[in-house]
Amino acid sequence: MTVAFEEKAVLEFKGRMLMMTVLLLKDLDPNTLHRQVSQRLEDAAQWLRDAPVVVDLAQPEGADQVALMAAVDTLRGLGVNLVALARNEHLDSDTAAMLGLGSISLAGGRDVPRSAEPAPQAEQPADAGHTLVIDQPVRSGQQIYSRGDLIVLAPVSTGAELLAEGHIHVYNTLRGRALAGVRGDQSARIFCQKLDAELVSIAGIYRVAEDLPEQHRKQAVHITLDGDAMRFADLK
Amino acid sequence: MTKIVVVTSGKGGVGKTTTSAALATGLAQRGHKTTVIDFDVGLRNLDLIMGCERRVVYDLVNVINGDANLKQGLIKDKRVEDLFILPASQTRDKDALTLEGVEKVLEGLKDMGMEYIICDSPAGIEKGALTAAYFADEAVVVTNPEVSSVRDSDRILGILSSKTRKAERGEGDIPASLLLTRYSPERVERGEMLSVEDVKDILAIDLLGVIPESQAVLNASNSGAPVILDSESDAGKAYEDAVARFLGEQRPHRFLTANKKGLFGRLFGAQ
Repeated sequence: MTVAFEEKAVLEFKGRMLMMTVLLLKDLDPNTLHRQVSQRLEDAAQWLRDAPVVVDLAQPEGADQVALMAAVDTLRGLGVNLVALARNEHLDSDTAAMLGLGSISLAGGRDVPRSAEPAPQAEQPADAGHTLVIDQPVRSGQQIYSRGDLIVLAPVSTGAELLAEGHIHVYNTLRGRALAGVRGDQSARIFCQKLDAELVSIAGIYRVAEDLPEQHRKQAVHITLDGDAMRFADLK
Repeated sequence: MTKIVVVTSGKGGVGKTTTSAALATGLAQRGHKTTVIDFDVGLRNLDLIMGCERRVVYDLVNVINGDANLKQGLIKDKRVEDLFILPASQTRDKDALTLEGVEKVLEGLKDMGMEYIICDSPAGIEKGALTAAYFADEAVVVTNPEVSSVRDSDRILGILSSKTRKAERGEGDIPASLLLTRYSPERVERGEMLSVEDVKDILAIDLLGVIPESQAVLNASNSGAPVILDSESDAGKAYEDAVARFLGEQRPHRFLTANKKGLFGRLFGAQ
């Protein structure tokens, strides 16, 4: 009997969009932090307690390293699953490494100054050529990514995921997840004929099924982002 | 022309083997030469449902490995003409199934003039299920009217649209139809089960049939006679309808509403 000694590949690189929670710290005082974070965690659902968290500082320029270390220790002590520090010109990867954290750029999200937000109309033509149209049902376990807008003409099942850099339109029932503006476009919108989603997200701001407004459930809706808040409106 | 049909579900225990046995038997009863293959290597069951477990000598893996030829592996049904069973191996695991091997077996069956080859898929979405589905021309998705089964069926439908040979060749999705089993109209009315409409709405595929929850199915399994042979039973009739629809006949769906028991029914416990 002959045996072939062909080495099996033991690794595989996979490109994936991951959902992480960003914890924005406005003050580094350990006592205040301990009190407020433990209060929030008590109220939070289990998945939020286990979620990987990226620490971001509201005033990175003034942060001293000792205070930052104390704050990180406090958070770790409370069981927050810290994975990285948001990188910017004041906080480099060396600071993150000192804290035992990875370094992640949040550019495209909050780091883009609000005032410099481009007019939504100006962005439309650039995306237009990339619109992806799907006319088959999107089944559980399937993931669809569009570089521009995404239009789905069939049901999107629970466990399916729609990702688009632009808008998402579902002209049927949306039972899975829909993430519009995944590269940080806050003007992205979600339209659907019947909202029964597991999760909807625009530019990283999201709501899970439990938090969807009751009056819009199973209705035709239009979802937009207004600052950090999602707005739901009837689609008439 | 041979048609290869995979009977699949994702979830286990929903009635794939019962359905494979009934569908194959029903097709053969109508004069179509049919083979039903058990792909559940390691968890062999089809032979029991078909009542041929005492006549198994060789199995699918033996035929793939060339330990036996196809004629030796096939078991001819004693009740219905034109019906053959190819059992799974109980001692091997699913790694013993290779696509080349399965293709060879299917080609062999085509050469024997089979009109239908029914592939009874194992549960799950791993190699066994993918191998059973790979060469299929058509799929029958077996689902129970409850959320986890429906979600698993949805998952398998997604996999069918990308992992069959036809899909890989860019020939498009294979047609898939829904067979809803263990349906209890009483429990649907009480809100304990999803209705036919709910399931159709979620899965968005054609309905091949609805098989009522029935003692006849259990009796059939225990006696090793496919339930479709019990032509007096509700489940037997429902499978008969499903086979007819599979062959293109139009038949109204039965057994969708609860039996309203009248006074006499209640007094005498009649069904």
